[in-house]
Amino acid sequence: MNFLKTLGQYFILMGKVFSRPEKARIYYRRTMFEMEALGFNSIVITAIISFFIGAVITIQMAINLESPFIPPMMIGYTTRETMVLEFASTVTALILAGKVGSSIASEIGTMRITEQIDALEIMGVNSASYLILPKVAASMIFFPLLTVLSIFVGVVGGYIMCMFGGVCAPEDYLTGLYFDFRPYSITYTLLKMVVFAYIITSVSAFYGYNARGNSLEVGRASTKAVVISCIVILLMDLVMTQLMLLR
Amino acid sequence: MIRAEHITKSFEGRTVLNDISATFEKGKTNLIIGRSGSGKTVFLKSLVGLHPVDSGEIYYGDTCFTRLGFRELKAIRRDMGMIFQGGALLDSSSVEENVKLPLDLFTTQSEHEKMERVNFCLERVNLHGANHLYPSELSGGMVKRVAIARAIVLNPKYLFCDEPNSGLDPMTSVVIDHLIQEITKEYNITTIINTHDMNSVMGIGEKIIYIHEGRKWWEGSSADILTSTNKELNEFVFASELAKAARAKL
Ligand SMILES: Nc1ncnc2c1ncn2[C@@H]1O[C@H](COP(=O)(O)OP(=O)(O)O)[C@@H](O)[C@H]1O
Ligand SMILES: [Mg+2]
Repeated sequence: MNFLKTLGQYFILMGKVFSRPEKARIYYRRTMFEMEALGFNSIVITAIISFFIGAVITIQMAINLESPFIPPMMIGYTTRETMVLEFASTVTALILAGKVGSSIASEIGTMRITEQIDALEIMGVNSASYLILPKVAASMIFFPLLTVLSIFVGVVGGYIMCMFGGVCAPEDYLTGLYFDFRPYSITYTLLKMVVFAYIITSVSAFYGYNARGNSLEVGRASTKAVVISCIVILLMDLVMTQLMLLR
Repeated sequence: MIRAEHITKSFEGRTVLNDISATFEKGKTNLIIGRSGSGKTVFLKSLVGLHPVDSGEIYYGDTCFTRLGFRELKAIRRDMGMIFQGGALLDSSSVEENVKLPLDLFTTQSEHEKMERVNFCLERVNLHGANHLYPSELSGGMVKRVAIARAIVLNPKYLFCDEPNSGLDPMTSVVIDHLIQEITKEYNITTIINTHDMNSVMGIGEKIIYIHEGRKWWEGSSADILTSTNKELNEFVFASELAKAARAKL
């Protein structure tokens, strides 16, 4: 019952977010600002994590695929597939849910309890749209770029392990990288990330926007935003994989 | 002029405003006074539509505010300025951007015209030169003054102030009170101020409404308030030792 009420409130807020926007030029400016705050500032963390995961996957694969019946290029192939299909979108999204989601929820939650949202409303601004739409738009545009970055850096991480860790011959790794490449996998992972970007920003904004009371409540809203975003991301991952890959 | 008729509002079954009717006059500083938790903020936010009321009507001039559609509501909000208890400046924007925002959103003025208006308003509240400071770098009194500048930037017909001098020292409080009163006279604004500060009441209380536990208990002017025989009002007015001593001398 409570769940249905929350879901209803979420859709009502989304209705407000996507209705009657203010001046286009102001939205453009704010979207650019959010691209920097939410997207650009997440590049480093995405790169670091992707590099290490790429390197570790390569080592794991080298250990597990050690068999005369499996060609060594399979190490490069599996590293690529793992990065493209799952890590660069889903796992990156989970990390971004922690970083970006908690910051959105606490920013908007603080604006709520310090009456900044009321101040916008009094000016005649559609506060939900003014605050949330630029964040949603910026992340839906920028996060897929982070996915591309993550694939690239992860694969490079694996390659460097081959060069300097000696887990696999670099030529075999490269052969594996190009083996049986299907562009559709990229479409699939980018599309997933667009959906995840929407989930992270809208769910976090929802919990922030409905925060009441004091800083304790803002903290709770921020935790809830991250947890719920992660769960919804994993659910959508399952659904989209069923729809897009199992055909 | 703003008129409230039989306003009732409750939260989760608990009545916070109970059948309040009041008239607020143009060109005057109208005060709503009462103890903490008496319902002043809820009443003020009901008047501006931030809290939907359960029953009763609110009129702005001849317009029935409680029955407005989205478009008309937006139009009338351009004539409203509000100063919130904590200032409610946007944290991520500088003083200048905060004051300029309403101009950006609702006018087609050139950047130059907007900046002129922003600087004029900052000048009016004695804050020239603070343009590029951020809210976290301002003192309590400065925050309130920026909030006043933002509230008057679109030349409002109605000005609402929720405890404009809470958290300020007595001297700064007097400065803010007089600033609000001067602006009210200068532009003939209908100003409504929430306060529990007796200094404000005596200083700028032209019309006063006393709210006690969600009901209107008394109304009058600052001249009447000292001679009123209303028991609850007297308890509120003469709560401090200073006020008691002053009454003894009357
Ligand atoms: N959003 C809200 N939800 C539930 N109760 C509220 C809300 N806002 C105010 N109240 C209650 O209404 C009463 C009056 O509050 P308020 O108007 O803020 O008092 P004050 O006169 O100090 O401004 C308080 O008891 C408060 O707990
Ligand atoms: Mg209050």
